[in-house]
Amino acid sequence: MTLTQERPVLSVRGLSVRFLMPGGRRIAAVTDAHFDVAAGECLALIGESGCGKSVLASALLGLLPANAQAAGEARLGELNLLAADERTLARTVRGRMVGLVPQSPAAHLTPVRTIRSQLEETVGALTDARERTAVRAAAEAAAERAAFPTDHLGLHPHELSGGLAQRAATALALVGDAPLLLADEPTTGLDRDLVDHTVDELRRHVDDGRRALLVITHDLAAAERIADRVAVMYAGRIIELTDAKRFFGTPGPRHPYSRGLLQALPDRAFTPVPGMPPELGDLPDGCAFAPRCDRVTDACAVRPPTIDGVACHQPHVPERLRA
Amino acid sequence: MLELHDITAGYDSRTPVVRNVTLTVAPGEAVGLLGPSGCGKSTLARVTALLHRPDSGTLLLDGEPVRRWRHRAPRAHRTVLGVVFQQPRLAADPRLRLTDLIAEPLRATGRRDEIPHSVGELAAAVGLTPDLLDRRPHEVSDGQLQRACLARALVLRPRWLICDEMTAMLDASTTAALVAAVENYRAASGAGLLAVGHDQLLLDRWCDRTLHWDDLAVGAKTKPDQPTR
Repeated sequence: MTLTQERPVLSVRGLSVRFLMPGGRRIAAVTDAHFDVAAGECLALIGESGCGKSVLASALLGLLPANAQAAGEARLGELNLLAADERTLARTVRGRMVGLVPQSPAAHLTPVRTIRSQLEETVGALTDARERTAVRAAAEAAAERAAFPTDHLGLHPHELSGGLAQRAATALALVGDAPLLLADEPTTGLDRDLVDHTVDELRRHVDDGRRALLVITHDLAAAERIADRVAVMYAGRIIELTDAKRFFGTPGPRHPYSRGLLQALPDRAFTPVPGMPPELGDLPDGCAFAPRCDRVTDACAVRPPTIDGVACHQPHVPERLRA
Repeated sequence: MLELHDITAGYDSRTPVVRNVTLTVAPGEAVGLLGPSGCGKSTLARVTALLHRPDSGTLLLDGEPVRRWRHRAPRAHRTVLGVVFQQPRLAADPRLRLTDLIAEPLRATGRRDEIPHSVGELAAAVGLTPDLLDRRPHEVSDGQLQRACLARALVLRPRWLICDEMTAMLDASTTAALVAAVENYRAASGAGLLAVGHDQLLLDRWCDRTLHWDDLAVGAKTKPDQPTR
């Protein structure tokens, strides 16, 4: 990977999140995550619902609930996001260093105010613009960058279509000119045309080479369209981290779970991965996927180390290596 | 046959969202209805599921015209239709354990004696494990709750199944599992299916034929801001 050789924008090392539940139960939502995202690059974090993807995003923004404990390191420039206090997160990180593109723009936008007023408020809070005309101009520039039509700025969120609301939310995320964009399920519930449109626009904001993009999604088609690299999460762990072209094309994914996930797509075999994901509060000692895996052996009773981006004792081997 | 003739429906009679739609589903047939968000396809699904009274047009259930909708619909009509909605959270009573959620239609129709047998069988068919059945909706994932909602729709063994964006919120594996559960039920029972959605790949793979919303309204005027095809 040539991109990752330069210094990454975000560098996550050994990130773990535990939820302490009443009765002393511990939920292992994220365990030992390692990954980098470089400027001009898009990393897609994919996996079934409930695998810990959104918890990971919350941890990066310091938005975990009070009963959560985060360990490890997530470096954004010089700052370790996991060790930063609320004051630092609020004043320098959120919006300024990390822009969040939310899951549901309709719920993210304030319903009683116009898009212009929300953009201007964000411009006022995040940038040096103070003059009324300067704020107005900056807000319009932000709308333009997100391809939000400036003649619609006077509208309220309920007057916008799903696609325009998404652009408005993206415009808000871009105001602070943050080096890292974090998109948490940006395409849930949108129809296919709108999904393609939304991910293409997100991609455009990365292609200028100044920003890094971390997309969290369960929509594999969207991930294929936008990502340079793919991280597959299962039961709180990143089980495969690889190049998106190799993952979706040839030679394909190497972890049996990733392969199963792709085979579930309607344009492939359309067969589900058998069984259901394990409970995060009650994970087995060995490989968490073993009960659902068709390649399971005795070795799987021990947790597999991550070798070459894959955490599996019996990964699929690319054809040319096997020969 | 499930027949919709010249249905016009909406929430304001001056601006109906469904105009002059005609659609039939043969017994055992799977019909996909494809349209972008906001086109009115869910309203049509609600009309078909007896949950929304159309402004005009007729709905025939196995040759019998439907005259009453919602709570006025006769039980004989309500029980031959199974419905699965897009958002399981909004379609599940948060107070009910999954086992009671699935059994509710049997209780409501006085068939309590079938509960032990049917619930166990259906839970297995949709891939719910026994420990999940004792939980309430907030203790399970969206995918698990949607599995329970599908089991609930199947528990009266309906002749017609209506799935309104059943998998729009779900990941690929859960989608494939739920579609497989629907198809197993249809293979065993010969039920017909109307699947409403916006994912062409999925509907083409799932259904015998896929109809595009724009082609449905025969001779109807489309909205002025949309060019006719």
